[in-house]
Amino acid sequence: MDFGLSEEQRLLQDTIRGFAAMECPIARLRERFEEGGGCDAALWKGLVEMGVAGLALPASNGGSDLEVLDLALVSEVLGESALPVPFLGHVLAGLALRWGGSPAQRDHWLPRLATGDTAATVAFGEFGGHWQPEEWTAELQGGRLSGAKVFVPDGAAADAIVVGTRGGGLALVEAGAPGLSVRAVLGVDRTRAVAEIALDGVVAEPLAEGAGAAGRLRDAALVLLAADAFGAAWHLLRATIAYVGTREQFGTRLAQFQAVKHQLANAVTDLEPARGLLWYAAHAVDRLPERAPHAAAVAKAHITDRALSVARDTVELHGGIGYTWESDVQIWFKRTLFDRAFLGTPELHRERSAALAGWA
Amino acid sequence: MDLRYGEKYEAFRSELREFLRGWPLVGPEGLLPLREQEALFRQRGIERGYVYRHIPAEYGGAGREPDVIIDQIVSEEYAASGAPGALLTQGAGMLAPTLLELGSEAQKRRFVPRALTGEDVWCQGYSEPGAGSDLASLSSRAELDGGEWVIHGHKIWTSGADKADYMFGLFRTEPAAPKHAGISYLLLDMKAPGVTIRPLREMTGGALFNEVFLDGVRTPADWIVGARGQGWQVSRSTLKHERNMIGNPNAMRRLFDELVAMLRGQRREGVPALEHPVVRQRLAEIEGYLLAHEYTGRRMLTSTARGDLEDTALPTLLMKLSGTNLRRRISEAAYDWIGAEALLEPSEAEQQPLAAGTPGSWTARMMGAIAVAIAGGASNIQRNVIGERGLGLPRDLHAR
Repeated sequence: MDFGLSEEQRLLQDTIRGFAAMECPIARLRERFEEGGGCDAALWKGLVEMGVAGLALPASNGGSDLEVLDLALVSEVLGESALPVPFLGHVLAGLALRWGGSPAQRDHWLPRLATGDTAATVAFGEFGGHWQPEEWTAELQGGRLSGAKVFVPDGAAADAIVVGTRGGGLALVEAGAPGLSVRAVLGVDRTRAVAEIALDGVVAEPLAEGAGAAGRLRDAALVLLAADAFGAAWHLLRATIAYVGTREQFGTRLAQFQAVKHQLANAVTDLEPARGLLWYAAHAVDRLPERAPHAAAVAKAHITDRALSVARDTVELHGGIGYTWESDVQIWFKRTLFDRAFLGTPELHRERSAALAGWA
Repeated sequence: MDLRYGEKYEAFRSELREFLRGWPLVGPEGLLPLREQEALFRQRGIERGYVYRHIPAEYGGAGREPDVIIDQIVSEEYAASGAPGALLTQGAGMLAPTLLELGSEAQKRRFVPRALTGEDVWCQGYSEPGAGSDLASLSSRAELDGGEWVIHGHKIWTSGADKADYMFGLFRTEPAAPKHAGISYLLLDMKAPGVTIRPLREMTGGALFNEVFLDGVRTPADWIVGARGQGWQVSRSTLKHERNMIGNPNAMRRLFDELVAMLRGQRREGVPALEHPVVRQRLAEIEGYLLAHEYTGRRMLTSTARGDLEDTALPTLLMKLSGTNLRRRISEAAYDWIGAEALLEPSEAEQQPLAAGTPGSWTARMMGAIAVAIAGGASNIQRNVIGERGLGLPRDLHAR
């Protein structure tokens, strides 16, 4: 029984952390944020060279054969640094193909995804707040796909999109295919781009085992979102601790006031225990299939809720300056908003977790 | 991450379960008074190496090699079976580990074995009317006189003082020293002349707490743990054990399961309570906190097993506050859901710490959740500790 990270996993986090600190100073992050494009191609290239794109892909396809837990650890650091990279969609598309693709599909696509030569993403959401595989309505008939998807991460830049179809299946479409239109949308989190796509009889390649993989893919996505929110909230805590250590009012540093100290202590008491929940949920997606849906639902609901609450308090602790466009805390605040709303709010996942716990 | 216990530990678990099926006792042993049955079964657990596992045999333990995974399995299985295992009393859970860490050889031999069996009952004399959260400002004093300490003072919130044989407590022995450096950790006999105990009735109606008046109470000079003036450091060791007992995740899981079980039998607005969306949302939110707390316990266990305590230094600091917040969430939800019985005063039986299963027991436990948030360092003290030692924030401006 060992409930903790390995040396390699700690090193992985430190490496990504070091890369983010070196390559994405606040001025650069701010530039991407102001543009609203959500993606810094050079940063993503750097991460791909470090093996991030193929982290959880099979070694035989050019990946590192690691697991969702390792992806979650990377996701946490990306949240911490609010890195504007197309990580979420790309790695989920990789998992979709790994878990749902035929051998031929895996051999064709996975090496391209691992090298980043093909930029891939996933399209889950549909109008009306429908995210779950059971709710998908995009129609696949005779190899052609019709329907509409919303909030497709980095959809405008993707070469390949794994689309959720009616009945909980998955099908892959390629950018530029006739009948596919993609429209970038300005999302609330300017560090991650989103797009709407319309499909009108687009040639699509169904994933052989897509229906079997969709649930697990959703669980992996929930875990990655929770991890990102956890990292973003921890960044805000640290930034706020630093701020209250320098900002002076009433002739002393804000950190001297017990009201401030207690607010921060409450925040960390709410947040830090969730780290174990996050690890467990990721591990469950990897190794405990019967536990994974419940664990991932609880992790997503609990952690994104805690993260927004921490984010809100830390913005408030900055006072008026924290509410300005100029202040950087909004970048991470909005990162937690994305993680919370994408794939459904805490309320939705609490209801799912209640059903999965057999409360009836 | 590897949550498998492996063959060796799974085998240990099966062997332990087999042993625990021996409770309750049957045959002639089953006719003994309950206390004797419990003592008998506990002693068998010690002999088998399950209970007080790594306390040396000469002090009444099982004398086995420390193994935190085994400890965890033992704690889980005893909790699940309800059989009498290690006592979670102030004597066995707090004083014994403190003496084993810092006591003299004579103290360990004399006091630890009888604390572990419960033959000697201990109470803790820390708080005073003028020294609560600011414990180090305590003023009960002890002076050496002809080979004995002579103690004068007034202790309060002393749980179980009325049933205790002995007290471990903090007393000012060096009045000229700065406040933390003037305190010693002394043991005294609660039956000695000069000890007066007055029960304090609590808001639940029960009386677990007492006031203890010490008026020229004499105790031997060598009944001091650690050196003169070192009592504060010794008490930190005891407090660590107390906080570990209060934050214990196994207890929270049991409480939550009881809450779900209670709801299974209820209806709300025409539907089974567990199908009501408001109930499901609140329960699921609490479960998020519960699982976070549980897995943090696993993280701490792992860092102990790995010998890397640094890795969970922050979780260790916030476990008490996290645990008492959780207890509050669970017990307040239960209180909201017991129905109109929420208006009744809990009966005397329902006020007992282990009472369960009735609406009134939830009322008492909802109030009891306040007591644990205060005991062992009130929540605001925890927030200071978390902020200062965990987050590196400065000490309060006005604290002296």
